[in-house]
Amino acid sequence: MKMVKSTLAILTTAAALGLSGMAHAGATLDAVKNKGFVQCGVSDGLPGFSYTDSKGDYKGIDVDVCRAVAAAVFGDASKVRFTPLTAKERFTALQSGEIDVLSRNTTWTSSRDGGMGLIFAGVTYYDGQGFLVNKKLGVKSAKELDGATVCIQAGTTTELNLADYFRSNGLKFTPITYSTSDESAKSMEAGRCDVLTSDQSQLYAQRIKLAKPDDYVVLPEVISKEPLAPAVRRGDEDWLTVVKWSLFAMVSAEELGLTSANVEAQAKDSKNPDVRRLLGADGEFGKDLKLPKEWALNIVKQVGNYGEVFERNVGMGSDLKIKRGLNALWNAGGLQYSPPVR
Amino acid sequence: MSNQTHTFKPDLPPPPSSVGAWAWIRGNLFSSVGNSILTLLGLYLVWLVIPPVVNWAFLNATWSGTTRADCAPGGACWVFIKERFGQFMYGFYPGDQRWRVDLTVVLAVVGAIPLFLDRFKHKARYGLALLVIYPLLAFWLLYGGFGLRVVPSSEWGGLMLTVVIAAVGIVGALPLGILLALGRRSKLPAIKVICVTMIEFWRGIPLITVLFLSSVMLPLFLPDGMNLDKLLRAIVMVIVFEAAYIAEVVRGGMQAIPKGQYEAAAAMGLGYWRTMGLVILPQALKLVIPGIVNTFIALFKDSSLVIIIGLFDLLNSIKRATSDPAWLGMSTEGYVFAALVYWIFCFAMSSYSARLERKLNTGHKR
Repeated sequence: MKMVKSTLAILTTAAALGLSGMAHAGATLDAVKNKGFVQCGVSDGLPGFSYTDSKGDYKGIDVDVCRAVAAAVFGDASKVRFTPLTAKERFTALQSGEIDVLSRNTTWTSSRDGGMGLIFAGVTYYDGQGFLVNKKLGVKSAKELDGATVCIQAGTTTELNLADYFRSNGLKFTPITYSTSDESAKSMEAGRCDVLTSDQSQLYAQRIKLAKPDDYVVLPEVISKEPLAPAVRRGDEDWLTVVKWSLFAMVSAEELGLTSANVEAQAKDSKNPDVRRLLGADGEFGKDLKLPKEWALNIVKQVGNYGEVFERNVGMGSDLKIKRGLNALWNAGGLQYSPPVR
Repeated sequence: MSNQTHTFKPDLPPPPSSVGAWAWIRGNLFSSVGNSILTLLGLYLVWLVIPPVVNWAFLNATWSGTTRADCAPGGACWVFIKERFGQFMYGFYPGDQRWRVDLTVVLAVVGAIPLFLDRFKHKARYGLALLVIYPLLAFWLLYGGFGLRVVPSSEWGGLMLTVVIAAVGIVGALPLGILLALGRRSKLPAIKVICVTMIEFWRGIPLITVLFLSSVMLPLFLPDGMNLDKLLRAIVMVIVFEAAYIAEVVRGGMQAIPKGQYEAAAAMGLGYWRTMGLVILPQALKLVIPGIVNTFIALFKDSSLVIIIGLFDLLNSIKRATSDPAWLGMSTEGYVFAALVYWIFCFAMSSYSARLERKLNTGHKR
């Protein structure tokens, strides 16, 4: 999800730049090890990414990323504490040292990567803006939406993307702006708009809110790039590497066919040198990352590989039922790719 | 001359058209053409609104079950509220420690009972002792330490957090507000300028800005590694903010006190503090009870603005629960529940204030 860049945000960031950065260089990993847990900034409630179940446990892809980091550092995925953050607070919380990792469905953009005192560690979810329409309309592609009434959520870059897309395709549209996703879902249901636009991952959540989800379909077009990525403070490469490789380990594990169920057996028995290196059976690759030898084994055992995490939180194992799409592995037509462990 | 006494005939019964329900209806609802139209229009509106609401909330509603699949279409699904009730009340407060929150509430109720008993003589002294001891006790119970497990404020939430913010806000804002009001009427220029600046500054900016600053700007200016608790930051801001409003309400009351009262107090040889404490403030505060309660009710509801800084009060807990994929689309039920809880609290506050006014209404009744 995106946020409006207010003047305040820029001011805040400018103020932050002076304070953060150098002060934390190289210190986060040690500090985390000392205090014994990872402090992780997550969303204040986003279906599939971070939310709480009825028992009060945090769930979601963003949450599992934090658990993976904790598993890599401590060998215990439960050594993590969550700070729910609003979209406006998130960067300050990271800059001021309130949190160690920001894993809060934040789009990786050049301005955030370069100018905000933070650095992104890799893409957890390739998202993009899409369209949800009623099947009754018989629309198969977004190009057929000329003259449509479109429901949007205010205050996000969604509005800009939408205007750009319709203008570049020579289509006309009438926007109706809402401030919350509940309102736009209700409006869609009442038939006030033909199309609902938002990030695709959220459209699936919106669809569940409708009385008859099966009457609606998400169109294949994706009109913007929204790679959602965890971020850490700029100027602390050790910690950046830990977070980055925690993600890579999950992707590598899926590629190598390691799951939370079989990983322990594989660590003992596998003859595959890639598996043996990743799981710490051969060599000391954890040491380069300043992590224990079984760092990747612990991630996969306790959190799962990328595919498991995806399916459990947003995929077929969840209510959202999102297809892998861009988030499939590179050798299955997607974009998820991990450099080798060697 | 016969002795005749005049006897009145017994009264005739009033015409049937002017007694009973029918007459009341005619007199009050259909007394003129205009009134009749308004009445019919009103009935029509009620007929439009009430049946669907009753159907939704009661007749077609689902009361039992454990998952979203148990919910019948076309009606409210109170199962959602039932399943999440614990979170709405306590937030993430650990399940086995929730008795501490309950005990804090029970202690507050039990502790306050003597204040309502007319026979109890030492109310002032008791109340003061309560004001000192209870907050410490409540803090110990809620936060922990000294033998109790520490529950950091990040795990507080739900109605408990709403009440904590509102109660601490009220208890902190009242004395500060009174001091500011006194300061604003002070004859010492320095004190007066400081108080006027404080009041006008805090009244001039919206609460949402204040909270936002406390959460987004403040951490950047604190030294490295120093993190003030988010809840503490928010509560301090709420206290200072509300104190400015209370100050103006109290000042209104003080201005209504006739000059004779000041002069009489001076004639008795009372100094400034005793004049204020024994003569002026008791009368002034009594006058402004509606204004103060008004501010408190507003504060209770405004506490939901902490949503902007990611604290999970009642409303935000409900909002977060609606983002669980297993319960998507339950926001209407959630918000109706929130409205009900807020209404109960606000109505209780205004009823208490009405009671207090009646009881203290000693000199101004006409």
